[in-house]
Amino acid sequence: MTDLVPAPIDAKAMGTALPRVDGVEKVTGSAAYAVEHPVPRPLACWLVQSTIARGRVVSVDRSAALAHPGVLSVVDHTDAPRLAETDNGELAILQDDRIGFRGQIVALVLAESSEAAREGARLVRVEQQEEPAEAELREDNATYRPEKVNPSMETDTETGDVDTALAGADVVLEQTYRTPYEHNNPLEPHATTAWWGEEDGRDRLTLYDSSQGVHGVATALAPMLGMEKEQVRVMAPYVGGGFGSKGEAHAHVMAAALAARTTGGRPVRLAVTRQQMFALTGYRTATISKFRLGADRDGRLAAIEHGVLEQTSRLREFAEQTASSTRMMYAAPNRRTSHRLAVLDVAVPSWMRAPGEMPGMYAHEVAMDELAEACGLDPVELRRRNEPDLDPEKGLPFDRRGLLECLDRGAARFGWAGRPREPRSTRDGEWWVGTGAASATYPAMRQPGNVARIESLPDARYAVSIGSVDIGTGARTALTQIAADALSVGPDAIDLHLGDTALPPASVAGGSSGTSSWGSAIVAAAQQFRTEHGHRPAPGLRTEAGAERGDEAERFSFHSFGAVFAEVRVHRDTGELRVPRLLGVYSVGRVVNPMTARSQLVGGLVMGMSAALFEESVRDPRFGHVVTQDLATYHIAAHADVTGVEAEWLDESTTTFTPMGSRGIGEIGIVGTAAAVANAAYHATGIRVRDLPLTADAYVG
Amino acid sequence: MKELAYVRASDPAQAVATVADDPDARFLGGGTNLVDHLKLGITTPGTLVDISHLPLDGFEETADGLTIGANVRNSDLAADRRVRAGWPVVSRALLAGASGQIRNQATTGGNLLQRTRCVYFQDPTTPCNKREPGSGCSAAGGYGRYNAILGASPACVTVHPSDLAVALAAVDAAVLVLGPGGRRRIPAAELHRLPGDDAEHDTVLGHGDLITAVELPASALARRSTYVKVRDRASFAFALVSVAVALDLAEDGTVTDVRVVWGGVAHKPWRAERAEDALRGRPLTEAAVRAAADAELASAAPSSDAGYKVPMVRNATALAFRRLVPALAEEDR
Ligand SMILES: Cc1cc2nc3c(=O)[nH]c(=O)nc-3n(C[C@H](O)[C@H](O)[C@H](O)COP(=O)(O)OP(=O)(O)OC[C@H]3O[C@@H](n4cnc5c(N)ncnc54)[C@H](O)[C@@H]3O)c2cc1C
Ligand code: SF4
Repeated sequence: MTDLVPAPIDAKAMGTALPRVDGVEKVTGSAAYAVEHPVPRPLACWLVQSTIARGRVVSVDRSAALAHPGVLSVVDHTDAPRLAETDNGELAILQDDRIGFRGQIVALVLAESSEAAREGARLVRVEQQEEPAEAELREDNATYRPEKVNPSMETDTETGDVDTALAGADVVLEQTYRTPYEHNNPLEPHATTAWWGEEDGRDRLTLYDSSQGVHGVATALAPMLGMEKEQVRVMAPYVGGGFGSKGEAHAHVMAAALAARTTGGRPVRLAVTRQQMFALTGYRTATISKFRLGADRDGRLAAIEHGVLEQTSRLREFAEQTASSTRMMYAAPNRRTSHRLAVLDVAVPSWMRAPGEMPGMYAHEVAMDELAEACGLDPVELRRRNEPDLDPEKGLPFDRRGLLECLDRGAARFGWAGRPREPRSTRDGEWWVGTGAASATYPAMRQPGNVARIESLPDARYAVSIGSVDIGTGARTALTQIAADALSVGPDAIDLHLGDTALPPASVAGGSSGTSSWGSAIVAAAQQFRTEHGHRPAPGLRTEAGAERGDEAERFSFHSFGAVFAEVRVHRDTGELRVPRLLGVYSVGRVVNPMTARSQLVGGLVMGMSAALFEESVRDPRFGHVVTQDLATYHIAAHADVTGVEAEWLDESTTTFTPMGSRGIGEIGIVGTAAAVANAAYHATGIRVRDLPLTADAYVG
Repeated sequence: MKELAYVRASDPAQAVATVADDPDARFLGGGTNLVDHLKLGITTPGTLVDISHLPLDGFEETADGLTIGANVRNSDLAADRRVRAGWPVVSRALLAGASGQIRNQATTGGNLLQRTRCVYFQDPTTPCNKREPGSGCSAAGGYGRYNAILGASPACVTVHPSDLAVALAAVDAAVLVLGPGGRRRIPAAELHRLPGDDAEHDTVLGHGDLITAVELPASALARRSTYVKVRDRASFAFALVSVAVALDLAEDGTVTDVRVVWGGVAHKPWRAERAEDALRGRPLTEAAVRAAADAELASAAPSSDAGYKVPMVRNATALAFRRLVPALAEEDR
């Protein structure tokens, strides 16, 4: 296998709206998801969860469960298979009697049917000894300074002298913005089928897992189970969404693996319930953003300070990089960002679509709206005046900074000109009407460690293989187009294979890095294949290659940008909010497939609007768990809420970043959207709500 | 899920006898509420007596109005032309609830007897007097945005979730019940109860009481009726507050008769009788409606989380009247 720096490729298939190559399987129901694969004599596994936030398991009484028809066994910390490594506190389940959060897995029930397993789990009696726990994020307990924030960014940054600059500024804005806990809630709940066997005299664990990265799951589990990575095979041919929550293996995957260890080879199916997802499969921390902006009368920023207070779990650290985008968004000579965490006895937070950028840009972009008002400026104009020449903290030029183009094009499309400056100045019948704008950004990322395989097939066809996952984004289709252009053939000449650790290594479907990372490897492998085997290869020839990076990351700062415009209507009597129009305009590099890309961007906008208006996981600190743990109480946007959502993009290509010219589109749609909606709600009503979600109670009067 | 026996009732009387004889038996209607509860372990009956196929699914025109079988699906009831013309509030309330799929499955009887959506009731790991009498009420002092503002007790602070029940109380509907002791007729407004020190029981029905039908009496009041529901999203959410208004107005704009019933504010549909009294016999104005609502709300005792419901239900009441009487003078606020 070789690594090479791939050359840019021409777009022929790329840029066309190729329908999803797996569309028929999905709409006809023949696509099998993680617990739907036919396996011989499967057992069902159900989780028994702690009902205290901190303490220990005193005893587990299995008798009633075992007496229930169909129940085969109960596994708890006294007899669960031992793990070789236990550093990952989230995955090291059933290794001791400690309880670290309410909802933690304390036992497993195996049965012949999922109904019997569920009833068995209900019948297991767990005696617990409770210890005082802390489960509430407050300003006064968020004092822990992590070494790094996700994924490996500086915790704090400082340039110049913020305090002096603020003291001398004409206009100072100081406000606190809050975002709530949020849960990813993909359509397909997390689920795993697991079985153990032997191969070449060694143990072999096989999983069908609903995952965003099969290689990552194998890499995480294998050492904990005392195995080499090759001994764990993970497959995820189809995944019903993840939004980050399937980016890493969560505890239920280990539960399935441990349970299957005890069955003498019978496969185990474990499907997490919607309610269990609120405790076990990751979520976005609540955030408190303390902003201070100092500007001159013309709105030019002299100082930007963003102090973040948020939480992590005592079991495993996850520090959301909430201030990361503040570091590169606007020019200001004096700047300071920081992250402090409350370390709580709670479930383990994780990635949720645009971790960091989503809550951070919500706060920053509402603060900018407030600053625009304080300076008497149009909000779009304020952003124009603070456009930096270089990435303000890295000091590098942006390879492409499309923000102002997005703002201008969006403003024209949306009809921003002539917007009344005064809030609460437009009423249409029963509704107050307002408009708002916000910027969006997301870093362009390419992950190392990707390898693709090209194999020539009969009839001038090619098998293209990479162990990445299509979680419903359309990656399988986009990669088919990339492979076609890289090999200079039509997309129907490509047989794409993914979703299996038996295929070459690939990074996670996360960080909007999938197409960039996997696509670059495919292009590298295709170019290497052509070098080795020419354009008329005999069938059966193979090449594996990965894509090297040049020195571009040292020369440029790579970011996507966007501008979001929202119209919000607030009912004068009831305070109810509606978003009849939402427009996002994006600079994201080349769009490989306009159909799947639009669905990503529109989906991001909808999720951002949903975060603005509805989504809130309410943790009851007395118990320690989230009590709005179903979709009747954790509201996400319903179809009736999604009326005029539109996304478009600038025609561009960034081949300094990837040979395809693309930069990644999965997350930017959610960034800034909640701020645009919040700014429009303020413009409609004159009521500034700084804590999400914006619910009717805040506007009724 | 606990293993249970499933019985298909052969007729209403046999269904009643089967359930009445077995404290562990429950009627099964469309199952959209009960089956969730079985899965979550909120209730663990030993026997389900399926009544959903019994021929209680007709509309019968009577001298007084319309009688609706308990098994009429929510979607069919909402769509019926007679209901839409004669009792628009009923149709509107149903269409403001749940989703198309659920309304296709849910029955008239089951809708009225759906249980609270209190998050602690729904979670068997937390104390709840309604689910487990004597265990305590987690909602008092907990997540309280949806809590009651009227008629709550220390035992239970939740609200009744049915939109249909609110509408029925506004049109003087009656619920026909077949019980172990025979047939009864209960005014819809008296079906549900306040918690007092017994949070367990939502209604005045006893074990084995089967709802067989709902009577809708025709009236000028019912013909001029509407429903306003305020919720957290545009569709598919339970009410924060809701208002059913039925109005009979004289030529000169004086209120001949009126019903004002509030949802989302109490353990039962809240018939705002004080507000009705304040409006009856007087000219209808926006100010009069607001003053009437305030008179009713004088006894409201909201927790801080639910305090917004006071202005919300007042405004929603004004909105409902305005929808019914577009000419209603809009006064400056
Ligand atoms: C996601 C979701 C959203 C919803 N949103 C709303 C909403 O916005 N507004 C709203 O009003 N409702 C809403 N609902 C609730 C829905 O209206 C009820 O689930 C439904 O009406 C119950 O009817 P069913 O026939 O399915 O009842 P079942 O689930 O079959 O029964 C409910 C209860 O009534 C008893 N029962 C049923 N029929 C009879 C009878 N004839 N006599 C005596 N007892 C009987 C059962 O034993 C059980 O205790 C929602 C439900 C869901 C799942
Ligand atoms: S309000 Fe009622 S239903 Fe909710 S926890 Fe208290 S007793 Fe239970």
